[in-house]
Amino acid sequence: MATRAQSAEVPATTDSGGSTGEEGVRRRDFLNVAAVSFAGVGGVVALAPLFVQMAPSADVLALATTEVDISKIQPGQGIKAVWRKQPVFIRNLTPKEIAEANAVAMSDLRDPESLAQRTKPGKMNWLITLGVCTHLGCVPLGIGEGENKGPYGGYFCPCHGSAYDTAARIRTGPAPTNLVVPDYEFTSDTTVKIG
Amino acid sequence: MVRVIGFLVGLVFAGVLLISLVSNAATYFASPPEATAAEEFHEHAKPLKLASDGPFGKFDTRQLQRGFQVYAEVCAACHGLNLVAFRDLKALGYNEAEIKKIAADWKTEVPSINPDTGEAATRPALPSDRFPDPFPNEVAARAANNNAFPPDLSLIAKAREGGAAYTYSLLTGYQNQPAELVHKFPDAKTPEGLYYNPYFPNLNLAMPPPLTANGQVTYADGRPATIDQMAKDVSAFLEWTAEPKLESRRAAGLAVAIFLLIATILGYLAYRQIWQEAKRKVRVTGVLDPANQAKNRRAKAKSGVAG
Amino acid sequence: MSFSWAKPYEPKHPLMRWIDERLPLPRVVYGAIGGGYPVPRNLNYWWNFGVLAGIFLTIQIVTGIVLAMHYTASVDGAFNSVEHIMRDVNAGWLIRYAHMNGASFFFIVVYLHIFRSLYYGSYKAPRELVWMLGLVIYLLMMATAFMGYVLPWGQMSYWGAQVITGFFSAFPLVGEPLRVWLLGGYAPDQAALTRFFSLHYLLPFIIAAVVILHIWALHIPGSGNPTGVDVKEERDTLPFHPFYTAKDGWFAGAFLLLYAIVTYFAPNYLGHPDNYIPADPLATPAHIVPEWYFWPFYAILRAFTVDFILPAKLWGVLAMFLSILLLFFLPWLDKSPVRSGSYRPLFKRFFWLLVADVVILGWAGGSHATPFWIAVSQIASAYYFLHFLVILPLVSRFETPLPLPSSISESVLHGEEAEAAPVGSKKKRGGSVATAAAE
Repeated sequence: MATRAQSAEVPATTDSGGSTGEEGVRRRDFLNVAAVSFAGVGGVVALAPLFVQMAPSADVLALATTEVDISKIQPGQGIKAVWRKQPVFIRNLTPKEIAEANAVAMSDLRDPESLAQRTKPGKMNWLITLGVCTHLGCVPLGIGEGENKGPYGGYFCPCHGSAYDTAARIRTGPAPTNLVVPDYEFTSDTTVKIG
Repeated sequence: MVRVIGFLVGLVFAGVLLISLVSNAATYFASPPEATAAEEFHEHAKPLKLASDGPFGKFDTRQLQRGFQVYAEVCAACHGLNLVAFRDLKALGYNEAEIKKIAADWKTEVPSINPDTGEAATRPALPSDRFPDPFPNEVAARAANNNAFPPDLSLIAKAREGGAAYTYSLLTGYQNQPAELVHKFPDAKTPEGLYYNPYFPNLNLAMPPPLTANGQVTYADGRPATIDQMAKDVSAFLEWTAEPKLESRRAAGLAVAIFLLIATILGYLAYRQIWQEAKRKVRVTGVLDPANQAKNRRAKAKSGVAG
Repeated sequence: MSFSWAKPYEPKHPLMRWIDERLPLPRVVYGAIGGGYPVPRNLNYWWNFGVLAGIFLTIQIVTGIVLAMHYTASVDGAFNSVEHIMRDVNAGWLIRYAHMNGASFFFIVVYLHIFRSLYYGSYKAPRELVWMLGLVIYLLMMATAFMGYVLPWGQMSYWGAQVITGFFSAFPLVGEPLRVWLLGGYAPDQAALTRFFSLHYLLPFIIAAVVILHIWALHIPGSGNPTGVDVKEERDTLPFHPFYTAKDGWFAGAFLLLYAIVTYFAPNYLGHPDNYIPADPLATPAHIVPEWYFWPFYAILRAFTVDFILPAKLWGVLAMFLSILLLFFLPWLDKSPVRSGSYRPLFKRFFWLLVADVVILGWAGGSHATPFWIAVSQIASAYYFLHFLVILPLVSRFETPLPLPSSISESVLHGEEAEAAPVGSKKKRGGSVATAAAE
């Protein structure tokens, strides 16, 4: 009886399993590795929604474009519009301001760009830039009536003294680059679609 | 000690329950509660087959477009859809230009501010806007609807027992109050200003039948707009407004279920294999050690012990 | 860990050795769920639900933290923020449904785990604290779930909050001030919503801490097993890893499959349509019910309909609290030295009666309060109290248990029925110690 019981429970006491042996180790490991890796891949894929959900949601993406009516802006005036919850300066440059901008040599600029590069062909008087200083993000002055336009007649950031010229290019102060020109297009002579 | 107190507490609570039970039974048999009209005459929703039914169903976008048309032309006068944005209509198959037009032409405008005077004003809707409510607030809605508040329809298919089948039954369920009901429950006669509908839990509904005639709406695809068809289509549309992600949910679900099935099977096989070795690896010791057992047997046989 | 043969932690990788020398966390993990924790070899699948509960706690915490990134806890914005999650947030619908159904599955798993403990006597010495910590976890889960359900600010959210906080006003004198203090107002409103959000976020981490204590307390005597017989020697056990990691792993896969099917294909089945209606303090729903996992307690609450010395409402509230409180005393109410229901035939019958009773209570709690269902609740509630407070103490005193196997190994290697017969008896199949010795 005992022997029968013994043989039923312990067919081979020396190696770790009668028919398995060396090949058995590989077979056993393969299945374990397969099971764990498969589950692991699943675990990683399951994490994906947790990261994806932090990306902008559909309603935020829907507000990625804004249309602005520019019909009321006279030469020499500008307005502050909102695009993607940030300020946008839309300025109607006077011929004098355009001439001033074009007179600057590229070598004088920290971030060389011509006014033509920063405006649309045939609409060089329309300067549309983000109203966010490229230094640390303050909103520069100069777009409204009576605001300080700074030493170069463009924009002036009161936070740390960055001064931009009539083409909104950085001339002095800590800001590294010109005010950003967003993607925009004229859907008509009086409306601009930003973004 | 604990058991004694527990014993007594248990008996007390059981006793109070028994008193309640007896008292209730006495009241019930003495004056049995009366049936109410609602209990007897309320009907459960008629079955409705939609393309989106079943675990693999998908929305029929043409039906959704027809349903949207019914909503826009019939229901939107009183019912809002304020959780749905115009841009969401892309799922129905409209393109950007069409959506822009739908939004701009929408009869109710979006609240806004007059940019010159700052007074409250309205502006035409943009695709990024949600559907504007037909009434500025609940008070106005009630004032215009005999003190009833037309509920927002965005989630109605999930907020009612029966879902789309319920809305379909309700829209097609208006009828004259049966004489039997008035005879049995004279107090439940439909009051003035309400309408009898057995699919509504209270039987009498403040909404007048919205779908009154065939051809009330002219479908763009030329399909005949019977009351039944319009009710089905708008119900399918409302099923979508309540659960726009239904199709992606089920598609993802199928993938996840298949993955987990395979993972479970692989896991089970690995488990079996690991445990086979457990059984093989048993080292018998002590009394069960065959060597010891043999020794025991010999010793007992020698000493003549019967066991 | 008190088993002398438990494999000590011997890190082979130099990095692991470096960490272990400075912070013995790898050692602790090894000794808790690794190769260093010996577990009885005869555990059946009822022992899988502890780990599964831990998995669902993790799922709830992770999905919850992510939902909190998009949720707005204001009475005007809450409902819409949840719909924003469902419609606009990327994969938001999945995270919301996962969290909603995760709560239900967490309770399913915990109930199976609790009933396992009731049947196999896991609450008995020396595991009384494990049991009581488990009850604390259960109470915290109920508080968390209740507050979580309020957050979407639907009709059931609002009215459920109204009813549950209304319990407190049943207590004389202090009741109403207590209720107003809890709500921060006279009815559930902004104050209640924001504090429930704050506490709902906090409590799961407290649950996690108590879970650690619960496992720690368990690992002192080690896990119980279906025979209720203590571990005696190395042969009785297997290291947790890889044997029970594999068993828990595959079963978790199967259970998660069930969870996935509900979440993806029937996500609103366990919920109530009325919670898709924004809260309206002026309109009570036709039929206020809590979520299904509270239904047995709701039935007990509603069973008391008659004033008897105390008002009926107070009886209901007291009974509801008592129904969980009495479980803390279970190790002393049931003092039978035999742990497992497998060896206690009389206890076993009453156990299954209890299971049926709790299911009936649940059904009654979810039904309309008609005279029939109230009567059912009354009878079923009476049985519930009688079961724990009257029947179990008597049964444990007077029953004749079946003889226990002499050790786990013997019951595993030779089959339980054979081993259940006393040592020395003749009526067994071959291969047992007794007959071998007799030969």
